[in-house]
Amino acid sequence: MNNVVTKMLLVLTVIGAVSGGILAGVFHVADPLIQANREKELKEAIFVVLPEAKDYKVMEKEVDKEKLAIYKGIDAEEKLVGIAFIADGGGFQGNIRIMVGLGIDYLKLKGIKILEQNETPGLGNRIKEPAFEGQFKGLEIKPKVEYIKYRKPEKPNQIQAITGATISSDAVVKNVNNAVSRVLKAFPQEEVLK
Amino acid sequence: MADKQNLWHEFKKGLWQDIPPFRLVLGTCPTLAVTNSVINGVAMGLATLFVLLTSNITVSLLRKIVPGQVRIAAYVVIIALYVTVADMFLAAMFPPISKALGPYVPLIVVNCIILGRAEAFAQKNPLMPSIMDALGMGIGFTMSLAVMGVIRELFGFGSIMDIKLLGDWFEPWIVMILPGGAFIVFGFLVALVNYLSRKKAETICH
Repeated sequence: MNNVVTKMLLVLTVIGAVSGGILAGVFHVADPLIQANREKELKEAIFVVLPEAKDYKVMEKEVDKEKLAIYKGIDAEEKLVGIAFIADGGGFQGNIRIMVGLGIDYLKLKGIKILEQNETPGLGNRIKEPAFEGQFKGLEIKPKVEYIKYRKPEKPNQIQAITGATISSDAVVKNVNNAVSRVLKAFPQEEVLK
Repeated sequence: MADKQNLWHEFKKGLWQDIPPFRLVLGTCPTLAVTNSVINGVAMGLATLFVLLTSNITVSLLRKIVPGQVRIAAYVVIIALYVTVADMFLAAMFPPISKALGPYVPLIVVNCIILGRAEAFAQKNPLMPSIMDALGMGIGFTMSLAVMGVIRELFGFGSIMDIKLLGDWFEPWIVMILPGGAFIVFGFLVALVNYLSRKKAETICH
């Protein structure tokens, strides 16, 4: 009896330890690659939403114990062309993560890019199509971004929602508005421009 | 010679006679969830094939060492190890596929095919048959997911492997890429496979 228990303990311990060792080894190799992929994706998204930018600088702040970061896009002459930041929030199913680009006038968006989404294929996931994302180019954020259904937008702060995917369109607009208002509060224009 | 035939049999059974999702009805969760395009289905199938093969090899090699009382616990640790390796590999080398498969790769851990083959086959058989069993089952599973993906992508998007096949006249059947379409296609395929095997059995009998 005692023998069996010892064997069970021994075998499970060895299997666990060996598995742990292998995982640590694989992680050691894979993690830098995974981090590099994430960073590359982030970088590409910043240059999509701030097309004139050639490089960027990270600016971080702690607001209500939450870390908030913006990416200041600069062009070849080191001039500030706009800021980019991440808008994270709920969608129709799961999270939607968006990179938002805002001009230095703090009024017009330079563009958005959907980084992550789990919306319904064929309906909600059309938010990541250029036809939808493109509507945010030059969009005014004041008083706030709005959407209308079935017809062309009339005001400079409006976009047209995707037919059959109002909830997803609404989620994108809400996430963008929330992120914009947080960033405007935490990173006032004078502070960023100087 | 008999040995070779046996190995061939272990391989072949996963392709039709015991094809995992349609005949064993194992691993239905990924079969339904990630087959809305061909690429996703094939990637999921190959990831499962990798885990199935490595876990069958390990379980078969350890079959005389692991005490019966703790075998399931040991298998789960072994399977979890390979799944995590597969997950990290996809995230490191193929980020778009890793993103599309989302939480389904970690969920291979609870895919009944893998624990099922470890318990029903690998723990009782030597290395070579276990490898053939894993390859047959894995390829059968990948084929099934690919077939589901072809049907759903063709009707749901009008394309196969992102190549548009049907012209603008075609109105995509949105339901095919939603969960409902997965159940419909799955049901029809189970019926078709059952019908064909019954016909085959009848012709052999008469």
